[in-house]
Amino acid sequence: MSDNAIALGLKRKKRPLEAMMGAFLLFAAGVSVLTTIGIVATLGRESLLFFRQVSVWEFLTSPRWQPQMGQFGILPLFTATFLTSAIAMAIALPAGLAVAVYLAEYAPERLRALLKPALEILAGIPTVVYGFFALQTVTPALQGVFGPDTVDIYNTLSAGLVMGVLILPLISSMCEDALSSVPRSLREAAYALGATKLEVSIQVVMPAAFSGIAAAFIVGLSRAMGETMIVALAAGSGPNLTLNPFKAAETMTGHIVRISGGDLSYDSIDYDSLFAIGLLLFLITLGLNILSRVLVRRYQEVYD
Amino acid sequence: MNKPDTGTFEPKLGKRHAAGKAALAAFVACTVFAILALGTLLASILNQTAGYVLVEYENAESEIVPPAADGSPGTLSSLDSAALAALLAENLGARRLKTLERDGPLSSRKRGELEELAIAELLIPEVVRTWPLSDSLLSRASILSYAGETCPEGALVFRSWLSPAFLSRSQSSDALYAGIRGAISGSLLTIMITMLFAFPLGLGAAIYLEEYAKDNFLNRIIQTNIYNLSGVPSIIYGMLGLGIFVRFLEPFTSGALFGAGADSGGAANGRTILSAGLTLALLILPVIIINAQEAIRAVPRSLRESGYALGATKWQVILHHVLPASMDRILTGTVLALSRGIGETAPLVLVGASTFLTRDPTSIFSKFTTLPIQIYQWTARPQAEFRNIAAAAIVVLMVLLISLNACAIILRDRVRRRKRLG
Repeated sequence: MSDNAIALGLKRKKRPLEAMMGAFLLFAAGVSVLTTIGIVATLGRESLLFFRQVSVWEFLTSPRWQPQMGQFGILPLFTATFLTSAIAMAIALPAGLAVAVYLAEYAPERLRALLKPALEILAGIPTVVYGFFALQTVTPALQGVFGPDTVDIYNTLSAGLVMGVLILPLISSMCEDALSSVPRSLREAAYALGATKLEVSIQVVMPAAFSGIAAAFIVGLSRAMGETMIVALAAGSGPNLTLNPFKAAETMTGHIVRISGGDLSYDSIDYDSLFAIGLLLFLITLGLNILSRVLVRRYQEVYD
Repeated sequence: MNKPDTGTFEPKLGKRHAAGKAALAAFVACTVFAILALGTLLASILNQTAGYVLVEYENAESEIVPPAADGSPGTLSSLDSAALAALLAENLGARRLKTLERDGPLSSRKRGELEELAIAELLIPEVVRTWPLSDSLLSRASILSYAGETCPEGALVFRSWLSPAFLSRSQSSDALYAGIRGAISGSLLTIMITMLFAFPLGLGAAIYLEEYAKDNFLNRIIQTNIYNLSGVPSIIYGMLGLGIFVRFLEPFTSGALFGAGADSGGAANGRTILSAGLTLALLILPVIIINAQEAIRAVPRSLRESGYALGATKWQVILHHVLPASMDRILTGTVLALSRGIGETAPLVLVGASTFLTRDPTSIFSKFTTLPIQIYQWTARPQAEFRNIAAAAIVVLMVLLISLNACAIILRDRVRRRKRLG
């Protein structure tokens, strides 16, 4: 350092605040890692205790879940989760994609400004409210259409339908983002070749946005499988291995909520079984989310 | 040169345009379906918030109230406040009287309050049937005749289940007298804890990832991890909260470490507002981080570079330039994440929201219940009148969420205006 600089007092000032802020920020980022470690540790520890008493094979393949009789087969719960999610996706994917195409390609600007907030409201409604709606309105409506003998008071169809409405805005917003990011030049080229608007949307824009649409589908499915309150209120409260959507059946998430809402003694096998179900759910949704990001990365079209 | 024979080109324009119109109709139908679903949902909730109620009284009015001076059967409406207070003091046991007087001596209460109290305590109403708003407005006559036939001794009243009394009463197992005061304070306290932890940590993590992190393996893991966490179902966070906050950190979350556990009437355990708030904080943390990252990324590099050029340190540039420029988006995203947290039910059921609370939560170490949990419990009951109060509670929750979101938008616009002018 030159003598002049020292004389002017331009020595590099020690700033402990910089180092402290840096450390705090690193800690803040580390909290997310700690969260994952916490999830894995909690689920893993209790599941390990569970799997010491029940074999993984029995857990995954046995068709009966009766804790009082010591039977812990996940199949009834898993089938119910699968059934409600399948019904939800059957509604949400076509309808969500249709809404997205309409908003991205056809809707006039003023209508878009009205519809997008409406969809955001739909997405922001708490899931308990959807559960109330399923129990209060959808189930009686289904009973009115199909007759109260076919349709139980608790049934997976009503839960699945309402779940579809819940996921629809999620899928439509992800698809719309994907469709909007396709550059106009692609559309204009197709128009120049004489394509109609529908042909441009279906045969040019959608394939170009395929990665985003597939990601939306998978994220929606993962959301449906993890959904709890709608199925807890409307789908039923007893494990039931059935593919009949008119009957009551309890899903994995509904079971967890029902059991933990009552008296639960720590370290009983019932308590540990909840964590085993949670571990399975966590692995499935994690796998789906990773799959969706891999799909996006591999198939995403990059436009200059 | 020979032209290749491709056959005649048939434009088939008519068919293609027809297909286009049909598809457009399908797209519009799906959009209408979504809007109709929203409308039906809101309507069915509002429909349950008011309507006729048919109640039956356990004790007839003529039995409780002494006959009037002219010999006609006594009615409560003919008594003044002093007489009502005397009637209550006469007929209630000492213990019950003491409980009632805890809120204020009977003699000092207003007449309307005393009459309501007399009906509740002395006549003891029981709900026979409730009707939704649509029926109450459209088929009044049939309701009146039904009431006359099945329950001539009872009273048919038009009642709005959503009322100021509903907001100020505490929990009760009787639907007619239940209120959500405890649930509202539980929700507000919980979300305050959540905000206290989630906002600084989320913002800090976002600043770290955008400003400080070099592109190495560790930071990429952190980033991927955050994306994965945002897709984890909320019930898993509930299990995390149960395992870590409620059980593992029990001395901390139950307040025993701070000597505060003794008052919550019994077991000082970890099922407290603190545990709930921390669980929700972890739940919304990834959402806050991702949103803040996008906001910070949107700040142009030139702003930072000009700060550095003038000799500012890294943190000075962030605090005085980057954050003010991105604060509007950060705040909006944070408030939206908070409103999601308010509506969460499943994780809090796991962390141990109480099923029945006699007292409002007094501190962060109290047992608690929240608005969504209350809605869940009431909806799950088979009796119809609980659906009515569940609907009323839903309206309160939605109003809370809407005002929160409106605040977020107003805040964002104000910060944006200041940004543009400053």
